[in-house]
Amino acid sequence: MSESRRQAIIEQCDTLYRDLALGYVRDWKQRTGGKAVGHMPVYVPREILHAAGVLPVGIMGGGDNIEIIRGDAYFQSYICHLPRSTVEMGLAGKIDCLDGMLFPAICDVIRNLSGMWQILFPDTYVRYMDFPQTFGDAGHRFYRFELEDLLGDLQKLSGIEATPERLNHAIELYNDNRRALAELYDLRAAEPHKVPTADVYLLMRAGNIIEVEEHTTMLREYMEAVRDSESPMLDNIRVVITGMFCEQPPLTMVKAMENSGCYIVDDDWMLGARYQMGQTPISDDPMGSIVDAYFNDTVCTATRYDADGGNGRFLVERVRERDAEGVIFAAASFCDPALLDRPMGQSALNQADIPYTAFTYSENTGQVQVIKEQAGTFADSIKLWGGA
Amino acid sequence: MNEQVAQIQKEQSMVIQKKMIGEHFEKLAHAEENGQKVVYTFVPGNLNELILAFDMLPVHPEVNALQSGMRKQSGDYIQEAEKQGHSEDVCTYVKCDIGMLKKGNIGPTGHKMPEPDLLLLSYTGCFTFMKWFELLREEYDCPIVMLQVPYQANGEITPNMRDFVAHQLKDVLVPKLEEISGKKLDEDRLSELLASSARAEDDLVWVWESAKHKPSPIDAYFGGVYYIGPIFTAFRGVPECEDYYSSLKAEVGRRIAEGLGPVTPEGVLTDQKYRVVVEGPPNWTSFRDFWKIFYDEGVVMVASTYTKVGGLYEQGFRHDPGKPFETLAEYCLGCYTNRNLPSRIDLLADYVNEYEADGVLFNSIKSCNSFSAGQLMMLRELERRTGRAGAFIESDLVDPRYFSAANIKNRLESYFQMLEARRPAA
Ligand code: SF4
Ligand code: SF4
Repeated sequence: MSESRRQAIIEQCDTLYRDLALGYVRDWKQRTGGKAVGHMPVYVPREILHAAGVLPVGIMGGGDNIEIIRGDAYFQSYICHLPRSTVEMGLAGKIDCLDGMLFPAICDVIRNLSGMWQILFPDTYVRYMDFPQTFGDAGHRFYRFELEDLLGDLQKLSGIEATPERLNHAIELYNDNRRALAELYDLRAAEPHKVPTADVYLLMRAGNIIEVEEHTTMLREYMEAVRDSESPMLDNIRVVITGMFCEQPPLTMVKAMENSGCYIVDDDWMLGARYQMGQTPISDDPMGSIVDAYFNDTVCTATRYDADGGNGRFLVERVRERDAEGVIFAAASFCDPALLDRPMGQSALNQADIPYTAFTYSENTGQVQVIKEQAGTFADSIKLWGGA
Repeated sequence: MNEQVAQIQKEQSMVIQKKMIGEHFEKLAHAEENGQKVVYTFVPGNLNELILAFDMLPVHPEVNALQSGMRKQSGDYIQEAEKQGHSEDVCTYVKCDIGMLKKGNIGPTGHKMPEPDLLLLSYTGCFTFMKWFELLREEYDCPIVMLQVPYQANGEITPNMRDFVAHQLKDVLVPKLEEISGKKLDEDRLSELLASSARAEDDLVWVWESAKHKPSPIDAYFGGVYYIGPIFTAFRGVPECEDYYSSLKAEVGRRIAEGLGPVTPEGVLTDQKYRVVVEGPPNWTSFRDFWKIFYDEGVVMVASTYTKVGGLYEQGFRHDPGKPFETLAEYCLGCYTNRNLPSRIDLLADYVNEYEADGVLFNSIKSCNSFSAGQLMMLRELERRTGRAGAFIESDLVDPRYFSAANIKNRLESYFQMLEARRPAA
């Protein structure tokens, strides 16, 4: 019974994942009369969109589900694949149900993509979101102003005023969603044989599309369904993967890594939903709470400057917390932030005596055999000698 | 005769520049024994006047990298960095710098570079700068200050952006510079330095605009990279920098009067067949060969965007001694790659029209996403808006593996033929 429930949930997620034309969003708009705004991978404060009556839609590129016809005319071969499939989806009209697009400050490619979007889609709302990389008072003031300005734009778009009550309500919903996601990640780390990573991945992807309450319910139902599962524990190694926060690997690659003898016990996928770690307090000044949460309670990742040089340390801590035996650095080809971060992560792991392996992929990597073999060799070396 | 005169005249400003650079590296070589503090920082959005106001010496790693490229050392450095675990895919400036560091940190003049007393992460228009100094922070035992410069995503500098940068300067950077240098900021001195910058900037703008003449007396790309040396690096604010630009202006003035073109490595280019605007950085490892492809065909570059990475003065910006922090903030915000793609396209279209160019060339740099991502669309838009022919070639800054002379030459030859075919009937 519970296995069939699990399957039904994952099938629903898989359908959402494959539907690049965003059928759910189209239905939602029709049903509610609301507006929908897309955002590129990595953090944007979705509470603010929600409070203004706007559905936030995480856009992760087209993966291997779209044939690139026009997108290749926009990007040279030495630029990562995510922007070309995103442009392809845009030009093919697949995401024309979006009333706007937000481009968080991830890297120079996304930054320039925001300008391309302004030119290619002049009738949609386009906003590049610069996040403070420096965390003193000036950063607070800057960020608060930017968020209030964004909120003003969104209110105009939707015609809905984001009162403090609405903001606080949205904060509660996203807090609850983060709690459920954290539980899911904890459950996978504790019992990875019950929670395949492909499931986690698809569940996260669903959270990019569907309403937050619906997603939280889905996560809880999934956990309910798998808790008593009888799947056997395999002799896999436990690894953390890092570097995949933006361009997404094909699902076959996610599965191949796990089938090669690695239980993935932590990752940095979908940092739109898991960028902030804890809860945003409910207060009389909800915008202030959202700003503070960004400053005080977020993950260390390659796209964010850490004043104490904490990226490597953060990785080591995650390995320890998750009781992992090694790390897989996986980065999209030509992904500057992930690839430039890698040597720092590697040196932190060297110092902590934690083994690792590294490779690159692209969203349309068809042949995953090589990656599977590399992950398999890594797993074997840890099993045999306790190190790579 | 004219050619001889031009060569000699060119040497005046070149000699001044060479002397300035030589003295600067000399000072760097003896910084430690002279008790002078050293700041590593970047060219776009640099705060030279502020650094000089504290009598500190700036080092620009990307200038070291490009010089290593011109001296054919960058290939080894890049391979060294790759051996240390750096990816083949990332910015080659970073790898060249890290490789140089790993091989003893011998700078372009043969002296060992002094270690930094401060890593001043003042960066404009490129995320890689942030990662670069994170990497260097692992190598040096010194403080680092992050000065964040927001991106002009809507093609304008908003008061919120300006305040953000100015506050960081006042509240974070200045106290740190005071602590490291042991000196209080002398605002009058800073204002003097800024006033000097503005005078040099006036002359530089005059030089850029001279390319509106036919024949153009300058090459605003290949020659232009020499013209920006002093103003974009360690010299903005000092009298020698003003001297350099006034003597450059005088030389260019003489060339205009005599109807001469720019001086190329093989003499004066007077027979100018095509006028071209260039987008993107040059290739440094084959700089001369690259230039030769153009002057051999009588192509002169009348405007370029690369020479604006450290400031777009011809759009009206000048360092303003009356409001030091605001002006430094605006300077940082205004550099070329800090402008969004629509503004970059507008600028290029204006160049094509104002400088009466026959075409636009994109030199797309493999490892520089800041410039490159989106260039194909820029080219398409420009062709549509200006009706001029565009060319697109690909190379790299300092990785010799990515300069294919034969491919580039072939492509450019067809481009020149296209320009010929489109030439208006006499
Ligand atoms: S995959 Fe990397 S380089 Fe490409 S858009 Fe994302 S962060 Fe930028
Ligand atoms: S990516 Fe481009 S702009 Fe950035 S540091 Fe490298 S060469 Fe400079």
